[in-house]
Amino acid sequence: MERRHIEEKVFKVLMIAATLVILGSLFSVIVVILFKGVGALSISMITQIPRGGYYLGKEGGILNAIVGSLYLAAGATCAALLFSVPIAFSLQKEYLNPQVSNVVRLSLDVLWGVPSIIYGVFGFTIMLYLGLRASLLGGIVALTLLELPIMVRAMDEVLKMVPLELKEVSYTLGANRFETMFKVVSKQALPGMMSAVILAFGRGIGDAASILFTAGYTDYIPHSLFEPVASLPLAVFFQLGTPFPEVQERAYASALILLAMVLFLIVLSRLLTRRVTKYVVR
Amino acid sequence: MTVRKLIDNISSKVMYVLTILTSLIVFFMVVGLYIKSNPILETRSIWELITSSSWHPLRGEFGFYPFLMGTFWVTFLAMLLSIPVCLLCSIYLAEYAPKKLAEIIKPLIDLLAGIPSVVYGIFGMLAVVPLIRNVAPLFGASTTGYSIAAGGIVLAIMVFPIMISVSVEVICSVPNEARETSLALGATQWQTVKHVVVRKAFPGIVAAIILGFSRAFGETMAVLMVVGNVVQVPQSIFDEAYPLTALIANNYGEMLSVPLYDSALLLGALILLFVVFLFSIAARVILMRGEAI
Repeated sequence: MERRHIEEKVFKVLMIAATLVILGSLFSVIVVILFKGVGALSISMITQIPRGGYYLGKEGGILNAIVGSLYLAAGATCAALLFSVPIAFSLQKEYLNPQVSNVVRLSLDVLWGVPSIIYGVFGFTIMLYLGLRASLLGGIVALTLLELPIMVRAMDEVLKMVPLELKEVSYTLGANRFETMFKVVSKQALPGMMSAVILAFGRGIGDAASILFTAGYTDYIPHSLFEPVASLPLAVFFQLGTPFPEVQERAYASALILLAMVLFLIVLSRLLTRRVTKYVVR
Repeated sequence: MTVRKLIDNISSKVMYVLTILTSLIVFFMVVGLYIKSNPILETRSIWELITSSSWHPLRGEFGFYPFLMGTFWVTFLAMLLSIPVCLLCSIYLAEYAPKKLAEIIKPLIDLLAGIPSVVYGIFGMLAVVPLIRNVAPLFGASTTGYSIAAGGIVLAIMVFPIMISVSVEVICSVPNEARETSLALGATQWQTVKHVVVRKAFPGIVAAIILGFSRAFGETMAVLMVVGNVVQVPQSIFDEAYPLTALIANNYGEMLSVPLYDSALLLGALILLFVVFLFSIAARVILMRGEAI
């Protein structure tokens, strides 16, 4: 056998091995969390807020963190959506010329890469300056900053892919720029834009570092934007930090709840995306 | 002016303003962090701060060297482990794997990209840390398992999905004509991949690697949970380390009474931001060069 054929074989084996290593390690993450978490999982975990002595191993649940995380991620996703749709559209050729939009894209890429702890620290510094304390509002602002670049860049990629013919048809019929972009192009790009939103929501609900200082932590479900709020990632982190094995078990269960929520959301978004593709012209 | 035209006019103005404000966020962050870290920069030079390894906040000594080394080694190890494996896997999924298999694996990997970082952290504590504790004696080292090695492995697993999904996309977008030409000249499939496909996809692959890098470099929670957080300059991969992100997460907000402490931590944040900035610009330059070819 020639040398190059041997090389082919060797690399094919290596590639399959690499794929197995990756799939194996990612699935072992899920399996480990599942097995460790399922033990401490109970109905009261997801229906009750922590009672007195919860962190010493007594009664209660983490409903405060589940609801808190949903408040934080939903608030931040709505806020980010409000900003990112206009920004993503304005990056297209109709609005900004490519040189300008490339500079904006570069700055969004930098924001994309900014560690979430920096959003947390920066957000907290601003809150100190404004005299605010850790609150739902602060957490939402920090998470919005984190989600914005993810959403805009993903939407931008989707909008770029919309075929030129579609826009041309719209312009030929006398529609102006706004009508073309927001009534025609947006329908074509809807499935992709929805997955961008879900992607950002997933990042938001799972992020701990940005809300560590800005959202604070509490055992209660907040009733206003200015109250501190608990969150699942931080609930996992704090329960893990206690010296009691029962509470640590609950941290694993909380991690399982978080993981299940995120994976459920992603699967749901896949299904929803399939439904809205009926408006798409192929 | 008709209403339609008015709407178009106003909406575009609003969009421009929002876009400009957003692109200024980076600028605001740099300026804000610089102003807040200025007090410590007035007492010592930046060079002195990043090369000194004496960290005694109460005595006013802030040496960032141990933290920088911690961040560097954990990120370096994660990249060393993940780049070759991810490249091989992406090439397999894009070029070799049967179509049906690839159609199953790709969405699965995308799904796993959404796993929150605390989950990776717990996985690290439960699985990777004990593994390191048991494996280290084979290399003649004893460790609690909380080490750079554990941090590197956890981060490597964490960046797998993002690196693979971007590079598979890039490799798939190489036009088929390029492959056909090479195969028609008698090259084997691997030769085609090595000399034609990977070369053509190179800028995109670099961008994927930098994306993974910035994710690993800035990761806080997962790393914090497995590296041990001991202030020292690590000597081997089985030593504990204390990355910069973990330092900020553990101490910011609590130590504001110690003079200059928050200023020092914000300088740490500024250093992180600066590195991410450099790498994002490098990625952009490489991508633009690639498009020019």
